[in-house]
Amino acid sequence: MEFFRIQRDIPFMRFALTFNVISLVTFVLAVIFLAFRGLNLGVDFRGGTLIEVTYGHAVDFNRVRTAIDTLSIGEYAAQSFGRSDTALIRLPLKPGVSSAQLSERVMGALRADDPSARQDRVEFVGPQVGKELYENGALALLLVSLGIVGYLAMRFEWRFAVAAIIANLHDVIIILGFFALFQWEFSLPVLAAVLAVLGYSVNESVVIADRIRENFRKMRKATVTHVIDDAITKTISRTIITHGLTLMMVLSILFFGGETLHYFALALTIGICFGIYSSVLVMAPLVMWMGVSREDLVKPEKKREGLEGEKILP
Amino acid sequence: MNRYPIWKYVIIAVALLTGIVFTIPNFFPEVPAVQVSSSKATVKVDSALLGTVEDTLKSASIPYRGAVLDATGIKLRFDDPDTQLKAKDALQTKLGDNYIVALNLVSASPRWLAAIGALPMYLGLDLRGGVHFLLQVDMKAALDKAADRYTTDIRSLLREKKVQYAGVGREATNVVVRFRDESERNKARAEIEKSFPDLAVREMEAPGEFRLVYSLKPEAQKKIQDGAVQQNITILRNRVNELGVAEPIVQQQGADRVVVQLPGVQDTARAKDILGRTATLEIRMVNDEPGAVEAAIAGQPPLGSDLFTERSGGPVLVRRQVVLTGDRINDAQPGFDQRSNEPAVHVSLDGTGARIFKEVTRENVGKRMAIVLVEKGKAEVITAPVIREEIGGGRVQISGRMNTREANDIALLMRAGALAAPMEIVEERTVGPSLGKENIDKGFNSVFYGFIVLVVFMCAYYLLMGLISAIALSVNLMLLVALLSMLQATLTLPGIAAIALTLGMAIDSNVLINERIREELRWGATPHAALTAGYERAFGTILDSNVTTLIAGIALLIFGTGPVRGFAVVHCLGIMTSMFSAVFVSRGIVNLIYGGRKHLTGISIGQVWKPAPGASVPAK
Repeated sequence: MEFFRIQRDIPFMRFALTFNVISLVTFVLAVIFLAFRGLNLGVDFRGGTLIEVTYGHAVDFNRVRTAIDTLSIGEYAAQSFGRSDTALIRLPLKPGVSSAQLSERVMGALRADDPSARQDRVEFVGPQVGKELYENGALALLLVSLGIVGYLAMRFEWRFAVAAIIANLHDVIIILGFFALFQWEFSLPVLAAVLAVLGYSVNESVVIADRIRENFRKMRKATVTHVIDDAITKTISRTIITHGLTLMMVLSILFFGGETLHYFALALTIGICFGIYSSVLVMAPLVMWMGVSREDLVKPEKKREGLEGEKILP
Repeated sequence: MNRYPIWKYVIIAVALLTGIVFTIPNFFPEVPAVQVSSSKATVKVDSALLGTVEDTLKSASIPYRGAVLDATGIKLRFDDPDTQLKAKDALQTKLGDNYIVALNLVSASPRWLAAIGALPMYLGLDLRGGVHFLLQVDMKAALDKAADRYTTDIRSLLREKKVQYAGVGREATNVVVRFRDESERNKARAEIEKSFPDLAVREMEAPGEFRLVYSLKPEAQKKIQDGAVQQNITILRNRVNELGVAEPIVQQQGADRVVVQLPGVQDTARAKDILGRTATLEIRMVNDEPGAVEAAIAGQPPLGSDLFTERSGGPVLVRRQVVLTGDRINDAQPGFDQRSNEPAVHVSLDGTGARIFKEVTRENVGKRMAIVLVEKGKAEVITAPVIREEIGGGRVQISGRMNTREANDIALLMRAGALAAPMEIVEERTVGPSLGKENIDKGFNSVFYGFIVLVVFMCAYYLLMGLISAIALSVNLMLLVALLSMLQATLTLPGIAAIALTLGMAIDSNVLINERIREELRWGATPHAALTAGYERAFGTILDSNVTTLIAGIALLIFGTGPVRGFAVVHCLGIMTSMFSAVFVSRGIVNLIYGGRKHLTGISIGQVWKPAPGASVPAK
């Protein structure tokens, strides 16, 4: 079997501007959604209490709400969660009220109303902890970006590092944009997925960058555009197969992993789809426009140019 | 050319063997068990206890399988939950309060596996069910308390040294001493400096008044805060013991937080109640009137007295009037009597406490005094020593009738009776057991179905090379599970998702290699050259991309807590095992199959398609 029967190099760079415009539009849209709708932060970051209750039968939300209303605890939200017999109740933080006891009271009221109510999960996060988790998340994002830029600048060249991080941070923004647009809940596992996507799509940029460097060594007379086109064409089969397979795995999580992992898998799915696009079709033109040249990557006087260097040079 | 030296195969074989041994325990089902451990530092779990436990079960004719004594206590396995419950009740009645008898689930893996440390993966609370609390210690309260103590101490010191002062009071965490004239202030300053080296002083003047403002030095503040957290942890441990949890975790997190994890606990209300309760320590006089104890045992205690049990087991009749409460005790440390060299507990009282204690001891020489720990309405007499002489100065020594371990224990109880500072629950995560089980199934399914798709595709598209990749991927999965079992890293639901994701990403290495081999073949390389080039050229790329992924993983590990951390641990470990298996192991298999053939005509890697003549050919 061979899916990719490509006769000659595909002139990707001829459409470089188009790709980047598409990207830019998506990016701007994502930023607009983020700015105007904002992220629907989960209990992890905003603080508050979350109770998952399972009944012996389909949930009657009117009864659930009536039962909770008797406590007069103010604002709350009750919604279904994955299955018809499961209800998810969210209570916001309230200054002065010990949230630790709040969940007990709610469960007490629900059990009094319907003895089949079973508490399956309680999550309570205090305001301080929520703020810290938020700050740590932002810090982790920053650290990952810096680490990747540093490593790529060291292994390749600064242009690749800058292009890769622009391409990949733009993936992150797009994922966040989706979460803002659809108001999906942004929780700790989603944050983990976003950071994993960042690490993952940099993979893609690395593969392309590696190939561009190799081509600069082998194709001595070719133009920069030709070198980049050839690199992308040569790796396109691997790109699609790899991402297709990873996507299979992620879809498996999405379909079989249940509610808890739903948004986690969703973030990964979006990340992988946009990751392929941006790391190839955004990063490569950026490198080209920043004026990468053969001399930047192939330095014959230096011997530490990677493992394959000495063997391949004729 | 494509041959591995023997030592490389030895490494692979050792890795595989270790991997298999450490993976095996995960395949055994969990069986109901009862775990017996000690609830007090003074009580040891030893082979004598093991004998008692076995005898108890035998005499109650409860069948059990395998009684093991290890560092955490005695574990007994049972055939079904009913027998388990019966055994728990029988043991609890027999052993009493000194031991925790808890229900648990243990792996049914053979004993030799456990003996070499091969245990199943350690499941997080979201998979096995249980309670997680994060408690914050109120440090300001701890410092306020310390300032209160210094206020009384300074007052008594000045009185003792006959220094004229206008007033001593606490303002926030500072102690302010006011004087009418400067010479008295200087005298006081010298005295206080000598007695309380932990205090920093500042002089302030107000119209007609001279002030000394004392504050705790930063290192003393730190000492108080550390002490407060440590003391609270000790108390929490004691309380958790009471819940009868098999494997509780109580540990410090950060400067001022304590994590409490109680796997398997369902009754969160009770857990919160017990963790949050307050205990008090009281010193009262013992009623030693002849016949009073006997009357009390008969059910008629004399008016104004309570009948308690001493820790040693005997009855004590204690007067209701409280002489001193625990907050007058600054510290209690185990040590030795300087004269008799017997084990003793040295207690230091604060200023007020010392004064009261002096009066009481003067009037009651020869009588007994009881130290009572009241917790949740239940009182226990820790010790009831005889007063030998009048004790002044606030330094009290309790000695006699105790060994070193008891002295340790009494000191701990006197210190740990009450929380050093109030605590508040700032995070709670509770998962029910059925949800935990559901999560395991869901996680397993995600990995399983994804894995099947990967294997089928690889085998269909790359034929034998694909099969080798699939084997390498299975090795990867096995090594990852083995590593997780070996390190006993906590596996959470996001952790299982990370296993799936890691496998999906690990296949990248094999796709890279196989595509590269195909490409080399396409441009006319010999099979052996194509294999070598495929692995060697792909390696640089694989290394780079794994390092960048690892950067993301490590950042998650550093900043992540809870679910994110569980994800990060698996992610990082998975990247390492995938490097090993995708490159090293798969190459080993390839070399084994193709390496020995001198005249290799082709590689089973699926169709190698060649572009039509005239298409672009790479410049060589």
